[in-house]
This record gives sequence, structure tokens and C-alpha cells, in this order.
Amino acid sequence: MNLFFLVWSYLKAKPLNTILNIVLLALGIAVVTVLLLFSKQFEEKISSNAKGIDLVVGAKGSPLQIILCNIFHIDFPTGNINLKEAEQITKSRLIKKAIPLALGDSYETFRIVGTTKELVELYKADFEQGGWWVGKMDVVLGANIAEALKFVVGSEFESTHGLTQGGHSHESKFVVKGIMKRSNTVLDNLIVTSVESVWHVHDEQGSDEKSASIQQRDSTVTPSKLIPTHPAGDSTKEITSLLIQYRSAMAAIQLPRIINGQSRLQAASPAFETARLFTILGVGVDILMVFAYVLIFISALSIFIALYNSLKERRYDLAIMRSMGASRAKLFISVLTEGTTLTLISCIVGLSIAHALVLIMPLLFIEMQKAGITGLIFYSEEWIILAASLFLGLLCSLVPAIQAYRTDISKVLAGN
Amino acid sequence: MIKIADLTYSYTQKHIISFPSFSVSKEEHCLLLGESGSGKTTLLHLMGGLLRGYSGNIKLNNTELSSMTEVELDKFRGRNIGFIFQKNHLISALTVEDNLRVAPYLAGIPVDTSHMQKVLSDLAIAEKSKNLVSEISQGQAQRVAIARAVINRPPIILADEPTSALDDKNCERVITLLLAVAEQNKATLIIATHDHRLRSIIRKQIQL
Repeated sequence: MNLFFLVWSYLKAKPLNTILNIVLLALGIAVVTVLLLFSKQFEEKISSNAKGIDLVVGAKGSPLQIILCNIFHIDFPTGNINLKEAEQITKSRLIKKAIPLALGDSYETFRIVGTTKELVELYKADFEQGGWWVGKMDVVLGANIAEALKFVVGSEFESTHGLTQGGHSHESKFVVKGIMKRSNTVLDNLIVTSVESVWHVHDEQGSDEKSASIQQRDSTVTPSKLIPTHPAGDSTKEITSLLIQYRSAMAAIQLPRIINGQSRLQAASPAFETARLFTILGVGVDILMVFAYVLIFISALSIFIALYNSLKERRYDLAIMRSMGASRAKLFISVLTEGTTLTLISCIVGLSIAHALVLIMPLLFIEMQKAGITGLIFYSEEWIILAASLFLGLLCSLVPAIQAYRTDISKVLAGN
Repeated sequence: MIKIADLTYSYTQKHIISFPSFSVSKEEHCLLLGESGSGKTTLLHLMGGLLRGYSGNIKLNNTELSSMTEVELDKFRGRNIGFIFQKNHLISALTVEDNLRVAPYLAGIPVDTSHMQKVLSDLAIAEKSKNLVSEISQGQAQRVAIARAVINRPPIILADEPTSALDDKNCERVITLLLAVAEQNKATLIIATHDHRLRSIIRKQIQL
């Protein structure tokens, strides 16, 4: 016999009431926790994906689309930009680093990105197997792709146009040269290759001469600043976008204005666009949050009413316990313990439901799996949720506990 | 064992009740007789420390009850007094056995399991020990209440109208049982009642 046994017996004596209270509060806590797990992980993903990229330059169009397409790889390109124009921007002193991206093809919904080694270095990815691409049509795979498609070094595949399956298929075969370690960034879902490989696939019908690499030309030709293996000033070639890293804070003010001043180019800031995206999505999150708080409030009220009513029924129990030697303080604490036990159980059930849901969801929605959302991550905020539910338990049981404390044993036992 | 002297208690400023002085020695049993409203229950509650703020003297085991703080009094009550009420007031959320365990737990005394088993079998409720109190009969419930009152081996047992709702046969059974457990535990039994059937059984009687 101890306090918890006594409290537990009382909770067990009214199983339906207890279960209702636990389910109500657990649901509220689960919704809050699911939102927490999602928004935290999304924020982390977004910031790790956009890390080191201060500006994205693409063809004129929606800046949000440019960000979604070129950083998160979940939207289509706004169009292409001329390589020569892109090179001209790169000359600016405000730019520290510029990484070209050439998009357009995919394999089994995984996007093929024509770029330079700098992109892989930006995400600090190492090789799990194999190494860098050497020639045209050599690719390096992200960890998720190798896992999903069971590819190894040496595997071959044909790309399709666009981002969806079953598009127009190109004839040239890509060869896997390397597989990267998991970096928990968007890179895990990308097939990375040289820009020339992407050009090559799209140049199939035309003459191949134009895309001859610099080694085959005479050495007097200056190499492109963007694509070192390609001659500079080639206005016949196009890329999708440039990922830009500023040299100084000054660039944040000047560079977007300079670029947007040119008729065919559009500059988009990842920080600004993702913040904008969050405000749009935030409304939905806020509504869910309000719903969760209403649930929690109702369950708190329900726990309070249940305790208050059961204390009325238990007047005799309390008086008898006093007659057996229990102090006022002991009864006070036992009622508080009953309230907090309820909310604590609810909290643990709620957190478990939330983690289980977030664990299951990526199995149902491939996009979440790609985004790397997992239920096996715990945030320090969950301690706050736990502490808050303990506090809620204390709050709900305070008035009933005071009632228990004030019980006039003699009056109750005299039975009047 | 028990010494009452010049005891008065005021319900309100105008409603004051005074009690006769008397004393009860160890292992002696005593009836507090009186009609409804004569203050039997009040006296019993005063003696049990359930009601405070009296004037005069109540000495149990040479301890003046009013000299103790409320917490001390709670502890004293848990160790020295067993209560039996007209209604059994068992804790319905618990089993028979756990109802008995609550008493030493609340009094802060370690549970003596073998003593508990003995009390249960003496009162013929051992086979019901794992049942919830809602699953036992009225008579069994009363025996559980008696068992609970004596489980801590208190030197004083205070009973409030334990027999008044019972027929003659059950009345006799309960009073015999009470006297037997008091005997076994070497306890002083004080019964507040208006039940005249008990007059022939317990000699010492205080008329209120």
C-alpha cells in the first residue's frame, strides 16, 4: 500500500471516466506534438538545404518557384538562362561562389542535376561507394536513390524528360560512378552529374560538335568560370539556374537589384521565400494548434469535473482516512497526485501517438520519406509539453484538493 | 486509560453542550447512552480527536488531546484509536484486503501480514480478501469495518451506533464480535448508542 497504489485504485475504479479523460488529453497533446515534430523537422531540413546559398538566379518567373525548384527540387524550372549571361553575372565582385544547375531530366521521379562538384561540396557529402564522375553520362547518386532503386556503382539507366515517371525517354545511358553517404539534405534524393551530361542528353538529335569539351579544343580558349571544362562565352548553351554565395553582406542589398534589372533574369532569396512560404502554411498550422488547445482545454475541464464530482462521492472515504490517521496534507497530496497521474499518463500516451504517427506517415506518403521526416527524433520541447501537462494536472486538481484538505471529518462522519 | 473531566463543547456561541465527567480504565468497556441529539456522537468524535476546540479535559493514555497539534493528533489517532461507524464506509475502490492495508499505511505503521490474515480469518472474511467491497454482503462488510478498526491493535476502539440498524440476531452477533476482538487486542471498547439491547451486555454505562 502506498500513495500511488491508492491513487491508481481510484482511477481504476472508474475505468470509463479515466479512459475518456486520458484519450481527450492525449489527443490534444498528440496534435501539438505532431505539429512540433513536423514544423521542427521541416525547418531543420529547409535551413540545412538552403545553407550556404544566399541567392538563386533563374529565368524570370515566380521567385518562390525558383527556390522550390532549385533548392528543394520539388517544383519545375521557370525556364532556362543563357550560359553567357550567367557568366557575366558571376564576374561581379559581390559573388564569392556561383554553382550552375542544369535541370530537366529525371529517373523514377528522382531528379537529375547537371552541376559541378561544388554542389556536392556545399552539402559536405562524402562517398559511400565509388567516386566522382569522370566523363559525360557519369553520375553520382544520393543515398536515398541508391537505397530505393538498389543501384550500385556500375549500374546503368536511361533518364526521362521531366520529373514524372513515364515521360519521353532519352536514349543515352547514364552510368553510376559513385554513391554518396547520407547527408540528410536534398542531396540524398538527387542524381548528380556534370552539366555537359545534361546537355548531351538533350543535344542527341542535333550535332554533337557544339558540345565538345575544352580538352578537345585548342588550349587558347579560356575556360568558363562556371563550368571549368567548357569554354567561356558560349551563348548557345543554357542552364537552369545559379546558386550564389555572397562575398559580403553588401551583396544582399545590391546583387538582387542588379540581377532583377536585367530583363531575362530573376533573383530569389531562399531566406525570404521560405519565410514567405511559412507564413502561407502557418495559417493552417495555427488553425490546427488552436484546435489542439481547445482539445486540451476541454480535457482539462473534464478532468477537473471528474475529480470534483468524485471528491463529493468520496467525502466519506476522506473522512475515514482522516480517522485512520491521515493528515490533511496527505489527502491534499493524494488528490493532486490523482490529477497529475492522469495528465502524466495522457501526456505519455499523447507523445507516443504523435511519434507513432510521424513514424507511419512517411510509409504512406513518399514525399515525406524523401523529405527525411522521422518519428524517431525527440526534441527538448517535449520536456516542456511533459512539464506543462504536469502543471495542468496540478491546476485541475487544486480546487478538489483544497476541498479534500478542508473536509470537516466530524460533520461528514456524523452523517448530516 | 480515558479520563473526561468538565468537558464542554460549543457548536455555536449559544449552543453549548456539557458532558458528565467519567473515566474508563484499561480493557474496561463502556456504553455512552442517550437519545438522538444528546451529544453521543459529538462526545465520541471529541474523544477520537475528530473534533477539536473543546474546553475541559480529555485525556487518553494520560495525553491531553488539546495539547497536540492537528498533525500530532492525526498520528496519535492512527496509532491509538480504531473507529467503527454505523455505516461501514469502506473504500469502494479497494479490495477487502487493501481496505485493511490502508489503516496501517495511513497510520504510518508497517503492515503485519500474518496479523492481518489472522484478523481476516477470525472474522470469517479471509476467503473474500481479494474481492472488491462492492462484491461482499452487508454482514461481511461490517466485519471488514471491524477488522479495519482493530488491525493496528489500537488500545481504544470507539464505536458509533454499531448495532442500531441491526435485528436482534445480528445485533447480538456484532456485539459478541466486538467484545471478542477488543478482548483479543486488549483494547478498551467505547460504544455510543441508544440501543437498549446492549445495556444488559456492558455494565459500565454513562448516561448523557
